[in-house]
Amino acid sequence: MKFLEKLVDKAKVPFDKGGKLERYYVLFESIESLLFVSKDTTLSKGAQIRDAVDMKRFMVTVIYAFLPALVFGTYNVGYQYYQAIGIEPSGAWDIWWIGIQRVVPQIIVAYVAGLLIAEFSFSVIRQHPISEGFLISGLLIPMVLPPTLPLWEVAVASIFAVVIAKEAFGGSGMNILNVALVARAFLYFAYPGDMSGDQVWVYLGGHTPIDGFSGATPLSIAGATVESGQNVVEALAAYGDTYSLSNMFFGLMPGSIGETSVLWILVGAVILIATGVGSWRIILSGFAGAYGLAFIFHLIGVNPYFDMDPMYHMVMGGLAFGIVFMATDPVTASQTNTGKWIYGTMIGVLTIVIRVLNPAYPEGIMLAILFMNVFAPLIDYYVVGANKKRRLKRATV
Amino acid sequence: MSKSVKLKKGFTINLAGKAQQQLADFSQPDTFAIKPTDFIGMLRPKALVDVGDNVKAGTKLLIDKKKDSIFYTSPVSGEVVDVKRGAKRKLLEIVILADKELEYEPFTAYNISDLTAASREDVQQQMLDSGVWPNLIQRPYGIVAFPEETPREIFISGFDTHPLAPDYNFILKGEERNFQAGIEVLKKFTSGTIHVNVDGQGEVNPVYTSSEAVQINKFSGKHPAGNVGVQIHHLAPINKNDLVWTINPYGVIQIGRLFLEGKYDTSTTIALAGSEVKNPQYYKTYMGANINKFVEDNLTNDHVRYISGNVLTGENIGSEGHLGFYHHMFTVIPEGDKPEFFGWFFPSLQKLSFSKSIGSLSFLNSSKKEYVIDTNMHGGARAFVQTGDFEKVIPMDILPTHLIKSILAEDYDEMEALGIYEIIEEDLALCEFIDVSKHDIQAIVRDGLNLMQYS
Repeated sequence: MKFLEKLVDKAKVPFDKGGKLERYYVLFESIESLLFVSKDTTLSKGAQIRDAVDMKRFMVTVIYAFLPALVFGTYNVGYQYYQAIGIEPSGAWDIWWIGIQRVVPQIIVAYVAGLLIAEFSFSVIRQHPISEGFLISGLLIPMVLPPTLPLWEVAVASIFAVVIAKEAFGGSGMNILNVALVARAFLYFAYPGDMSGDQVWVYLGGHTPIDGFSGATPLSIAGATVESGQNVVEALAAYGDTYSLSNMFFGLMPGSIGETSVLWILVGAVILIATGVGSWRIILSGFAGAYGLAFIFHLIGVNPYFDMDPMYHMVMGGLAFGIVFMATDPVTASQTNTGKWIYGTMIGVLTIVIRVLNPAYPEGIMLAILFMNVFAPLIDYYVVGANKKRRLKRATV
Repeated sequence: MSKSVKLKKGFTINLAGKAQQQLADFSQPDTFAIKPTDFIGMLRPKALVDVGDNVKAGTKLLIDKKKDSIFYTSPVSGEVVDVKRGAKRKLLEIVILADKELEYEPFTAYNISDLTAASREDVQQQMLDSGVWPNLIQRPYGIVAFPEETPREIFISGFDTHPLAPDYNFILKGEERNFQAGIEVLKKFTSGTIHVNVDGQGEVNPVYTSSEAVQINKFSGKHPAGNVGVQIHHLAPINKNDLVWTINPYGVIQIGRLFLEGKYDTSTTIALAGSEVKNPQYYKTYMGANINKFVEDNLTNDHVRYISGNVLTGENIGSEGHLGFYHHMFTVIPEGDKPEFFGWFFPSLQKLSFSKSIGSLSFLNSSKKEYVIDTNMHGGARAFVQTGDFEKVIPMDILPTHLIKSILAEDYDEMEALGIYEIIEEDLALCEFIDVSKHDIQAIVRDGLNLMQYS
């Protein structure tokens, strides 16, 4: 380690103050701080000791939470591929390999475009340290995209999200909207043909799918029942076992790369809650809000989609993924504990409203979270206002 | 009506090197000092003595030209050997080489019944002249009290929950009479209650029950249950235009001694603690003692930090420094100026963390485990991320993140509305410790208090 330490110190010289590459110190620092936790010590006045946790460890915890869903999602891409083209894979590794070929390039492109290009250049221009936030966004962006998306679109979306959603507001910690969701929303409205419909969710690799292949997502099938009047569960049953409640929970179905498996997303939720990194208040209230409204709709039952068993809402589409991994983003969520309950509940409620009442958008979670990101400061404003009022009331008594 | 409060929030930092309950046998330090920087809110310190002057314990050394009725006096008798100044001639320290036998400035001694009968005017002048006055701290702002003010109430925290804090039951042993006299004096300054807040988990120190004039409240919970700011919040919070005083029990005893014995006696028992100390124990000395006699041949290594006070709110005073006016402990911990390879990644049971992030495994240890923590920052400064942890360690109805942000934004109305009057640095010290973004929160709090005070 001493050797590496010396090497880093030597490499640092041109980046130091007055050195040739002084401007690029932030880049150097980001690599140095990755290798070594710095030797900086506490100020001479104030806390003389500091907690061992830092932003890196905090953020890496989130990445660990993603991994189960990501690994499964990669497998699912391959699984859907073999299902669609009707070839028998020679083993699980074959299935995974197809997924890896699709998913890994997307992740690399998101990191390179978002982190290396957008984030690094802004850090140098604005001279702010490179934040660990993008380690998360860079992984989240591919997970919310369909596996068939062209890589250049991933790159454009990553750059757009980092520049417009984050750096324009002052960098990590200052952004109003969830960075990964902005990337998705950007693609959704800029390239709708690549982001919606029945053809984008299953990677075919240029093969012709077998007869009877559909590729439709359960949400679009359920949405169509409003017109057809068919019972949702029956409509889903037409696709065989794929869209049974248990299979949708397990997640072997078409969809965005990371969103399909509620099971593995819940494993991530357990990691987030156990480590205290994700807010259990948001996760719990998000699911409760969604289930609650879906249940009310179920009681009202004006059309088959209303009438659907609310459990189906829980396992279809990106609801679980959004609530667990995106709504809990500590920067864009509500900052007060009371606010988190309201924020989470409203995300759940709005998702169901958009899904069921608005036929134009089969999926509602993305817009619901972005919408509540915008409203989070307002929620906090009133929660903080209540705290102030308590103090004021006390003074006059 | 005495109150009993149980606090759920907080975080106790259990460090290695707790002081053994025994008094060290040692020779007194050569020098003692008074440091203007210890007194928050001192704007224009002026030395009243020169190098070479002979002083007695209680001789006036220093005033604040902006608050010139309060005198800061010599803790011991001897010769002024140094008047240290820093950049722009800022006065840093007045150092006294102590006599072997101390001489005291004479002050009026009272017996307890005369003291009860005396008026505020009678006692106030003696307190101002003798040097005991700066023990009185005004809230809001945490500054030395103004003699012309009348506080609503006076609060005394009878225990300390900071890491390695001295045991007050031990350092105050046998001081019943002085404490009682001190309370008699304090009673003259307020028509409100004098609260003594004690640790609800143990026996009440007989020193505190010696006076019937006080209301004893019990507080139990993790740190910062012993912080007087937290206690005030739960007893009778400070609102706008409120003014209360706080005082450490040791200050009460000093006032008592002044009036009973007629001398400014700064003898005190300090705790020497910390993982790098061979024999952590208590030392009987005087206020402002030079530290070299405590650490001579008593450290396990020399790459250490010498902290006057505790590790959360104290100050690095270097190997030749003097203890602070308000400090009753001295902590020595390792310096942490070494880079750590992949320190943010590898899991560890040894590194204390409030967070349960993956790899921060210290929460698995028993709560009795003692940690060795060095002075490393353990990470780089980043923008605020609302982890929700600040709220878990502050047992007050205060939103720390919002308050800190309002200070950074210099939004006066917001600071006031969010409760800046109720806190001083030490109350948010735990936030500074646990902050993943590594902000200097105590410095921010003081900036905010200064903004409120001087505008």
